[in-house]
Amino acid sequence: MTDVTELTLAAARAALVKREISAVELARAQIAALEAARVLNCYISETPEQALAAAASSDARLKRGEARPLEGIPLGIKDLYCTKGVKTTAGSRILENFVPTYESTVTANLWRDGAVMLGKLNLDEFAMGSSNETSYFGPVISPWRRPGSNVKLVPGGSSGGSAAAVAARLCYGATATDTGGSIRQPAAFTGTVGIKPTYGRCSRWGIVAFASSLDQAGPIARSVCDAAILLRSMAGHDPRDSTSVDRPVPDYMAAVGTSVRGKVIGIPKEYRLDGMPPEIDKLWGEGVSWLKAAGAKIVEISLPHTRYALPAYYIVAPAEASSNLARYDGVRYGLRVPGKDIIDLYEKTRAAGFGKEVRRRIMIGTYVLSAGYYDAYYVRAQKIRTLIKRDFEAAFAAGVDAILTPATPSAAFGLGEKGSADPVEMYLNDVFTVTVNMAGLPGISVPAGRSAEGLPLALQLIGRAFDEETLFGLASAIEQSAPKIEPPSKWWT
Amino acid sequence: MTTQGRPSKLIKGATGDWEVVIGMEVHAQVVSKAKLFSGAAAEFGGAPNSHVSLVDAAMPGMLPVINEECVAQAVRSGLGLKAKINLRSHFDRKNYFYPDLPQGYQISQYKNPLVGEGTVSVDVSPSERIEVGIERLHLEQDAGKSLHDQSATESFVDLNRAGVGLMEIVSKPDMRSAEEAKAYITKLRTILRYLGTCDGNMEQGSLRADVNVSVRRPGEPLGTRCEIKNVNSIRFIGQAIETEARRQIGVLEDGGVIDQETRLFDPNRGETRSMRSKEEAHDYRYFPDPDLLPLELDQAYVDALAAALPELPDAKKARFIATHGLPAYDASVLVADKETADYFEAAVAHGARSRDPKAVANWIMGDVAAYANSVGLSVPQTHLKPAQIAALVDLIAAGTISGKIAKDLLVILIEEDKDGDPAAIVEARGLKQVTDRGAIEAAVDAIIAANPDKVAQAKAKPSMLGWFVGQVMKSTGGKANPQAVNDLLKGKLGI
Repeated sequence: MTDVTELTLAAARAALVKREISAVELARAQIAALEAARVLNCYISETPEQALAAAASSDARLKRGEARPLEGIPLGIKDLYCTKGVKTTAGSRILENFVPTYESTVTANLWRDGAVMLGKLNLDEFAMGSSNETSYFGPVISPWRRPGSNVKLVPGGSSGGSAAAVAARLCYGATATDTGGSIRQPAAFTGTVGIKPTYGRCSRWGIVAFASSLDQAGPIARSVCDAAILLRSMAGHDPRDSTSVDRPVPDYMAAVGTSVRGKVIGIPKEYRLDGMPPEIDKLWGEGVSWLKAAGAKIVEISLPHTRYALPAYYIVAPAEASSNLARYDGVRYGLRVPGKDIIDLYEKTRAAGFGKEVRRRIMIGTYVLSAGYYDAYYVRAQKIRTLIKRDFEAAFAAGVDAILTPATPSAAFGLGEKGSADPVEMYLNDVFTVTVNMAGLPGISVPAGRSAEGLPLALQLIGRAFDEETLFGLASAIEQSAPKIEPPSKWWT
Repeated sequence: MTTQGRPSKLIKGATGDWEVVIGMEVHAQVVSKAKLFSGAAAEFGGAPNSHVSLVDAAMPGMLPVINEECVAQAVRSGLGLKAKINLRSHFDRKNYFYPDLPQGYQISQYKNPLVGEGTVSVDVSPSERIEVGIERLHLEQDAGKSLHDQSATESFVDLNRAGVGLMEIVSKPDMRSAEEAKAYITKLRTILRYLGTCDGNMEQGSLRADVNVSVRRPGEPLGTRCEIKNVNSIRFIGQAIETEARRQIGVLEDGGVIDQETRLFDPNRGETRSMRSKEEAHDYRYFPDPDLLPLELDQAYVDALAAALPELPDAKKARFIATHGLPAYDASVLVADKETADYFEAAVAHGARSRDPKAVANWIMGDVAAYANSVGLSVPQTHLKPAQIAALVDLIAAGTISGKIAKDLLVILIEEDKDGDPAAIVEARGLKQVTDRGAIEAAVDAIIAANPDKVAQAKAKPSMLGWFVGQVMKSTGGKANPQAVNDLLKGKLGI
């Protein structure tokens, strides 16, 4: 084998079980790869010693024939997941040196299944952003470049480190989180597969909260099959998260490659935006043809409240964030900037600890919850949320199995290109993805083609609550039909 | 519900009568092993920060999970207040910054409380009962404690209490005097203690009251109220109300207006002081806590809790009157403390023999209570056992000892023979009443013979009998049967 980092997770797993390769070799290869790619700024913390120790014990298990589902597979962990004894920053100065004494449920599930941690992945500060430019630890540089250009591109966000690391082959898969598109948009920008499962499918316990009613954990992976393998280990009921759902976790991998014949695919007309680039429209049309060719039935549907989703999201998410981030006050842990009294300490600590975008959202959230504005903003946004949910319910009740949309309104853009003057320009990245979080539904982003500039583009499939299996089936059909996107060349080495 | 003026409660001002209107918000700590949303111990005391979980300290990524026992306790309390149990309620976040509030918000129930309207019957005096309406009862987290006296330059925070479950019980403004308010909180505490849902210990802070006070001319609309925060004893509640009502009357009679504000009662200086005005009030930015699902109960669950509820003070009092034949006053006194009521019943029923409940009540409320008070205990907390009281009452009833000897016997049980069996003590110490007519007659004759002048006087003045009885009792060491002494003396003296 020439370069083991080029393997998919599924292939690496098969090679491990057949003992063609050892877990330590895999870990070493990935550690070497990520050390050589530091210019991409994917990892905030690297944990090579921990990875090699875990890989060695995986090898012992593999030798005994006691391999668990992810035995010896090196993964990257978004630095929003608390990891016991390993710094967890949420991409923020306020948690720059925070070391949890506990392990998030989702990562604990991964270690239970034998996975190996390579390190903690960069992200937008507190998962607030769509380009990974709000991280206190600096932006992640996408492994993708426009052909013939060395302009630095963004990997998307907020799970930019996760997506870039998977695309650059700096891990076999990564955990990510999605509050308004933070898994699907960076996956789309980097030619990787990302699934945001149904709200409640994965435990939120131990994941630094952004907006509790919208946050959901999910994987970013190199293929639909890899995403299915990872989600099976990540998902499951957790009594420590009241919003996690107690229902069995299916074998998602079994759904990959199943026939999509007879599946009814809804095409929501409201997602055809004014001024949408023709290449996005074209890609969407190709997705329709591929699924039709695979035997699916295509129907036009209406999700009439779609256009209110983004403004409503930017009320609900900041409102919850303003409250969730109140705990970072400099009193018990994290950054503390001394002040002349407690109010001064709060103000100095939070001014120094939070970046501009986080401060902006805290202020928006505080405003919309204030007396006199609550009904006008928060209550109305929640009503819109209910209407968005009903739109989807009506479509599914009419027999639609899944909904096909573009994943993003454009391909990846350059660093500093968007949002510096008007934050709404950046927020528009989430226009196709936020509806799914507002409705609590599962959504998957699957690579489907390339932009005129040669950058990855993706389609999104939205499914019924807890019907991730249908999404995996349909996404693998698109994966098989779409032209194969070769991973980016390793220009950084 | 009467909210109109109760004339006897009016306060005389310089310019006429005023009526004081009082409502109360009581914070009652839920009796439960663990906190409201975390597994940490809810017990009082312990080294600072020794009962703190990751959730209580609001570590990143931590989530609250409702403690079902706290919900059951709140439902029991609601049932005990004859209140409506809301089968669907939810938790809100009350946002504000304070070092003893780690999350930066308190999880409380703002919009949809677990318990709705109810009522408490309050005996203000043996002859006066009022009904105080309950507005709502909801569950919320307690905060931690800031310690400002540990260092000259820093404040410390103890999170042991942070996240402990509280029931906030809000009354309607149905009270019209400090006495009514004191009687209300006393009764509320009794009910919660009966239910076992709050230990009612005000010194340890497991029961705290915020008192809303306003004054008005009788028959006028409600005046502007002030809230007096965290008054921590029943006596202080009474003092705070009196003080605040007087202050408000003074302001109004001087032509001023009452500002709606939060005030603190200073018992040392006997005054209330402004803490913050309405303008300075926090904007708590309440919104539903997205980490918690709505709290949904089914009727069967509530019914099961209702069926398992203990007998409550009002029912017990009625039963004491009906089945034990006690006067209403005795019944009220005994049921005010559940352990005392149980003690009384244990004494009445001891040894499967029937004895006069009124006699038992008299002893418990009389000499036994006096002793208990003198040592700062309640009757059941003393070493005296219901069986000893029962035996004492039986000895009197059987004529074995007189009431006077019984009092001596009680002193022996209190001071000397703490575990003693009253019957055995009577036997051993020869306290047995002399019922032998011959022996008594001899003593009577001796007294008559020694006091011929008194005998002569007695014939003219029959009330002299008492003197003779006293002499005979004295000569027999108090052991002579008083009835027999009486009968014999009457015959021999011819009165």
